[in-house]
Amino acid sequence: MTTLETAPLIPDFGAAQTTRKLAIICSKGNLDMAYPGLVLANAALGEGVETHLFFTFWGFDMINKKTMGDLKFTMLGNTATHLPQGLGGLPGMTAMATHQMRKTIADLGIPDVPEFLQQIVDSGGHLWACRMSADMQRLDEDDLYDEVEGIISASDFIEKTEGAQLLFI
Amino acid sequence: MTTTTIDGRTVHVNDEGFLVDPSEWDEQLATTLATQIGITLTDEHWRAIRFLRDDYVAQGETATLRRISTVGGIPVKTLFQLFPQKPAKKLAYVAGLPKPHGCV
Repeated sequence: MTTLETAPLIPDFGAAQTTRKLAIICSKGNLDMAYPGLVLANAALGEGVETHLFFTFWGFDMINKKTMGDLKFTMLGNTATHLPQGLGGLPGMTAMATHQMRKTIADLGIPDVPEFLQQIVDSGGHLWACRMSADMQRLDEDDLYDEVEGIISASDFIEKTEGAQLLFI
Repeated sequence: MTTTTIDGRTVHVNDEGFLVDPSEWDEQLATTLATQIGITLTDEHWRAIRFLRDDYVAQGETATLRRISTVGGIPVKTLFQLFPQKPAKKLAYVAGLPKPHGCV
C-alpha cells in the first residue's frame, strides 16, 4: 500500500540535548568480559547518551598500561566453550584460546582494548579509575591509560552519575 | 511503501523517514535532507557522505563510525562534530542509506 505524506517525513533524532546518562562499571579483566562494556559504551555514545565507565577490581587490567593490551581469554571455568574442562588446563591452552578470540574480534573490524577505549573517548565518553583498586594494586595515574580522567572514590562516581542508568559488568 | 515529498520530488522512505532506494538520492537532495535535520553541509561533511555512498556500493551495507574512521580516514571525533549526537544515523540519513547494522 502506498501512503502519501504531504509534509516531509523526517526521522526523529531526538532532542539536541538529551538528559539520558549511562554508567558502566567494569569489574572484570578477562578479554571476553572487557568487550561487553566497551561495545555498550560505544553504542550509547553513538546515540548521544552521556556515558561514564568506572574501572574497578580486575577491570583495572583494562586501563593499566602494563596489561590493557594483553588481556586473556581462558576456557577454564567457562562451560560456554562446550569443550571438556580438562582441556583448558593443558599448557598453552589459554594462549591459544586468547589468540583465537583476538583474531575473531579483529576479523570483525572491532578494535583491541586500548584502541576501543580511545574510540570511546573520541566519542565523548568518560573513563574513571577506582580509588580502592588503585590503592590495592599500588598504582597511580602514571600507570593508567592517559585518557583516564581521574582516580576517584566509589561515592564520587555515584555522585557523578546521578540519574544515570547503571550496568555492572 | 511510504513515500514522502522532499524538495518537490517524491521519494520512497521507511516508516522512520530513511530513504529506501539509494538510487533516488543525489547530492542536491542530500543538501535538503541535511537542512531538515539542522546541518549545513561543508566540504568535510561531503567527504564523509561520499565515502559512505562509495563504501555502500562496494560492501552492500552502511559503514559504521569505526569503518568510516579506519577505512575512510575521518576521525571519530570529527564525525561527532560534523553530525552531532547521533553521527552514524544522521550521516546515513543524509547519504540516503539505511542505518548501519554493525555494533561497532
